[in-house]
Amino acid sequence: MLSDWTLWLEWFIKALVVILALLAGFAYLTWYERRALARIQTRIGPNRAGPFGLFQPIADAVKLIFKEELTPSKADRLIFFWAPVVTLVPSIIIAAVIPWGTSFTVFGREINLYIADINVGVLYLMSITSISVYGIVLAGWSSNSKYALLGGLRSSAQMISYELALGFSFVTSIILANSMRILDIVDAQKNLWFAVIQPVGALIFWIATLAEVNRAPFDMPEAEQELTAGFHSEYSGMKFALFFMAEYQKMIVICAIAATLYLGGFLGPFVDKYPLLGPLYLFIKVFLLLFGMIWVRATWPRIRYDRLMSFSWKILLPLSLAITFITATGIVLADMFNNQLYYWAIPFVSVGVGLFTVVMIYRELRRKAYERA
Amino acid sequence: MSVLDPIIELARGLGTTLKMMFERPVTVQYPEQKRQVRPRFRGRHVLKRYENGLEKCIGCSLCSAACPADAIFVEAGENTDEKRYSPGERYASTYEINMIRCIYCGYCEDACPTEAIILGDNYELSFFDRRSAIYTKEMLIEPVSSPEMLTPQKVEPGKYNRRSVPVMKDPAD
Repeated sequence: MLSDWTLWLEWFIKALVVILALLAGFAYLTWYERRALARIQTRIGPNRAGPFGLFQPIADAVKLIFKEELTPSKADRLIFFWAPVVTLVPSIIIAAVIPWGTSFTVFGREINLYIADINVGVLYLMSITSISVYGIVLAGWSSNSKYALLGGLRSSAQMISYELALGFSFVTSIILANSMRILDIVDAQKNLWFAVIQPVGALIFWIATLAEVNRAPFDMPEAEQELTAGFHSEYSGMKFALFFMAEYQKMIVICAIAATLYLGGFLGPFVDKYPLLGPLYLFIKVFLLLFGMIWVRATWPRIRYDRLMSFSWKILLPLSLAITFITATGIVLADMFNNQLYYWAIPFVSVGVGLFTVVMIYRELRRKAYERA
Repeated sequence: MSVLDPIIELARGLGTTLKMMFERPVTVQYPEQKRQVRPRFRGRHVLKRYENGLEKCIGCSLCSAACPADAIFVEAGENTDEKRYSPGERYASTYEINMIRCIYCGYCEDACPTEAIILGDNYELSFFDRRSAIYTKEMLIEPVSSPEMLTPQKVEPGKYNRRSVPVMKDPAD
């Protein structure tokens, strides 16, 4: 029998590892993004502090700590103080349910490579991602500034809209795995990633994710050219750093979620024999997905706000509904007639529907261009 | 224009940015690597000397008069054959340029009758206070290659007190 305190110790260590990984991940994601963006723009990027500029995040942190913190005189002080905290905390605790491996044995004790194994893990993810909207809205409201308020409002509208499409793509992978437990979802991808069975779902997930973490081309809440910096215009010093941290940690976490739900999570060759390879595979997948985010940011311009909203409500939401319907129907039919052909029809029908959507968008755009001419 | 064009265009954009990743960065790593300045670049001023080490500047203050920013201050002193700084009667006993006022227009260079003041290629001018922005004659004058070329020199009487304006070539560039 193991005494209680070892369990506590295990949880404590694992939580500490996750938090530290996220903090270090945030620091080095900023470095990674700056280097990658610089290379895309044929520059070198930060390379002065330490080898390859690896100490740059430390220098940035020191600078932010020593910066003056301003509170606008007419701001709601209490909410102004708590808004960054409310934004940051969900971005950390969301990582609790993401499995980064199966389990391994140390000192005759089996240690699971995840903190919590909730049977409704996907619901947990959904609810916690929604909470971080509050921080942003409250920050925008409590700053008592028009730009911050507009940024906060935009961000709440955008996040709520894209949460629907995100939710439906969650549902798609839940249906495919027949479980809400994240470990089951990962296990169900042992043979084939869900991104292969449901490519359109994965794409919708990716687009909705970009909007959910306020990344380009959906970085409306912090559009510099229109809103100076959006919801965090009035923030400086460490409070701003918390927003920054929350944004980048959310990027990491949401890429981990995308990898888990659609790209097989920690699965990879030989992961059964050596469970410690799991974190490595997850890291590689997250790394590549993050590169995708940076790449998109370097390439596409920000889309207009009304188009952002109509894209979510008129295109992504119906499409994700259709995808969910197709997935469910395919699985039910395969069960009913005991014929796997229906199951394998899912990707093709989904891609067909996706192409149909593209055609519809194209015709709409042509019609509008015609009316304008 | 086909139906898939919008998607193809988006993908082409991604392709362009990815291609640029493998291009050589154009960054010049400044303090280690310095870019060659242009031939007619106007940087920090240099006070020139003749081959024998005598200063070209004769303290005429024409540069000071030409200066639109009023950045140059010149005070002239008398040359003697015992203590000779420059050919002719007079030399600049004080020559100061306020580098904060200077706009690097090069009018002083044009005004100079002896080609004594030249705008060089040094652009690394930064100061911690206003006082150190004032460059004195010692800081501006061209260094010498051997100690006997230092001014003031003792010269044989009557050799250098006639003509102080040298023969000048047309500018090459």
